[in-house]
Amino acid sequence: MSGGAVSPVAPVVGDLHRFLALSWTLAVTEWKLRFYGSVLGYVWQLVRPFAFFGVIYVVFTQVIDLGDQIKNYGVYILFGLVLFTFFSEVTTSCLHSLVARENLLRKMSFPRLAIPFSVTLTGLFNLGGTLAAVFVFAIASGVYPTTGWLELPLLILLLALLSSGVGMLLSVLYVRFRDVEPIWDVITQALFYASPVLYVTTLVPECCQRPYVAQPIAAILTEMRHAVVDSGAPDIVESIGGAGRLLIPLAVILAAFVLGLWMFNREAPRIAEHL
Amino acid sequence: MEAAVSTAPGERQRALAAAEPAVLIDGVSKTFRIPHQQYRTLKERALHPFRTRTYDVLRAVDEVTLTVPQGEFFGIVGRNGSGKSTLLKCLAGIYQPDNGRIEVDGRVSPFIELGVGFNPELAARDNVLINAVMLGLSRAEAARRFDDIIAFAELEEFVDLALKNYSSGMAVRLGFAVATQVDADILLVDEVLAVGDASFQQKCYEAFQRLKDAGKTILLVTHDMGLVEHFCDRAMLLERGEVLHIGDPGAVGRLYNEVNFGRLVPEGAPDRLDQTARAAEIVACRFESGGAPAPDIAQGEPLEVIWEVRFFDEVLDPVFALSLRNDAGHTIFTTSTAWREQHTGRFQAGELVRVRATFDAWLAPSRYRATPSVARAGSGASMLDLREDLASVVLHATRVTGGVIDPPHTLDVERVEGEAP
Repeated sequence: MSGGAVSPVAPVVGDLHRFLALSWTLAVTEWKLRFYGSVLGYVWQLVRPFAFFGVIYVVFTQVIDLGDQIKNYGVYILFGLVLFTFFSEVTTSCLHSLVARENLLRKMSFPRLAIPFSVTLTGLFNLGGTLAAVFVFAIASGVYPTTGWLELPLLILLLALLSSGVGMLLSVLYVRFRDVEPIWDVITQALFYASPVLYVTTLVPECCQRPYVAQPIAAILTEMRHAVVDSGAPDIVESIGGAGRLLIPLAVILAAFVLGLWMFNREAPRIAEHL
Repeated sequence: MEAAVSTAPGERQRALAAAEPAVLIDGVSKTFRIPHQQYRTLKERALHPFRTRTYDVLRAVDEVTLTVPQGEFFGIVGRNGSGKSTLLKCLAGIYQPDNGRIEVDGRVSPFIELGVGFNPELAARDNVLINAVMLGLSRAEAARRFDDIIAFAELEEFVDLALKNYSSGMAVRLGFAVATQVDADILLVDEVLAVGDASFQQKCYEAFQRLKDAGKTILLVTHDMGLVEHFCDRAMLLERGEVLHIGDPGAVGRLYNEVNFGRLVPEGAPDRLDQTARAAEIVACRFESGGAPAPDIAQGEPLEVIWEVRFFDEVLDPVFALSLRNDAGHTIFTTSTAWREQHTGRFQAGELVRVRATFDAWLAPSRYRATPSVARAGSGASMLDLREDLASVVLHATRVTGGVIDPPHTLDVERVEGEAP
């Protein structure tokens, strides 16, 4: 037997290799479950955003007539919906993740962080699958890939950081307070309308645009519009009024992640008792 | 350090005495707060921010100190709520102790429960992978061991079947296979043997013996004194979170029986009232085969059920009785000194009596539990003491049977009419 004696308390991360192996295994399993659960798993995965998109598109182009003012409006909505769905799915799944895996937490010792981390990974797998279909739709609608599309992974990474940070925070809060769930539901709804998913940033009154895009999801979607959908649209630096101010949404994302991680760290050793 | 510890008793003890500690527990305590009023919502917290929160403190584990050398088979016994499982969970790293130090040298495989994290929707293959990775194997290692695990569980034909279609016995077998095949140095076992059929339990015993022979360190939490006496090198008795005794399994087993029946209580604990009036008490019960404690026996072997009764008052011709129940809870055998018209004699206060029922175990494979009793003689006999399911034994057989007994018999087929082709 090698190595010194160690204290056995369940680590938050522990051995990095083990942590990654575990997170990966949990995420792949979750992903498999969703896709093998029904024969048309992948199709169902796409039905939700696309059906929602269909309704939104008809309402906003035919009834409210926004379609003519905004270039590639349909493609924009679709990208926006898919990215926002990623955020809401990851945060909501994270929120339930610890309570749902109560049996595991109470009876086994493993790096606790693997649970919310695997939820984020599963979210990323799902996002990848959905984006593949969205790309096809975009190209069919005449929005061709440009070098700007290379920004997309960076934007997704930022969104994933934000989502997992908020998710970690929610997961430990939910263990203690069960009304966090409906509260977060309401907040997600509010965020949906406070972010440029159904409309675009340029439609927000000029006076409010700068504070508006300080909200990280708005910032990410604004930059996404410029980089992916319409290079003529203002990018985030222009919208927020200078590269220096870009630090505000970035700081919010980082703060959410650090706060989430810190809270999770603090609660992790005693999660098994509180469940 | 994986060198097998010899099975010769004296040599084994010496080897253990010289071995490095595998588990070191130093003054470990664990308390739980049980709030009188629990706030489960943010709303309540927001509405009553200043209300003082009162709670009871439950000391589940109290200043436990213990060193288990590498290669030892160590038993932890105690009544329900004595802190055995909490201690094991502290060792497994599931709970964080309030104070004290726990050091573990080597990889720990906790069998707190078998097949934790098994997902019913997934096939055995995926479930084994998750479980093994969770127990600390890398994905590559887990994939390499997969065949061994499935072979041990005897589930080769069902590898790609979703777990929801498994019988509960099959799922337990799979869980046990994973837990024993991950090459842990230290195994924490919590009453897992209470499940599964007799042949599986037999297999578990064999696996324990193998692990013991391979020099693994095993901590076993159980109520089954037969198991403790059969396997353990040493044992510990816990009561109300405190260590009452650490030492020879036989002594711990006897102490456990005393604690269980309320005559031995830790200092400071209130005396139990219902014990004083008793004229007699059953203080021990065990199964033996060939003069040694037997956690399991083969079909047809002579089986002895032994129970000991201590008298606190003079009793004339008490009736000693025994009933045996199988896993399904059916009484399959009872005997009593009254039915056999035995006069047992006059017993004085302070006497200890050993009663022995011996029979050949021509029974179907199952776990059998013994319920011994002692009563005053005469019609409307008043029960002095009765202990339900006090000891158990697992009976295994090589033959399949459908009934509850399986006596030696012949089965002849004879042609009465017609002729052989």
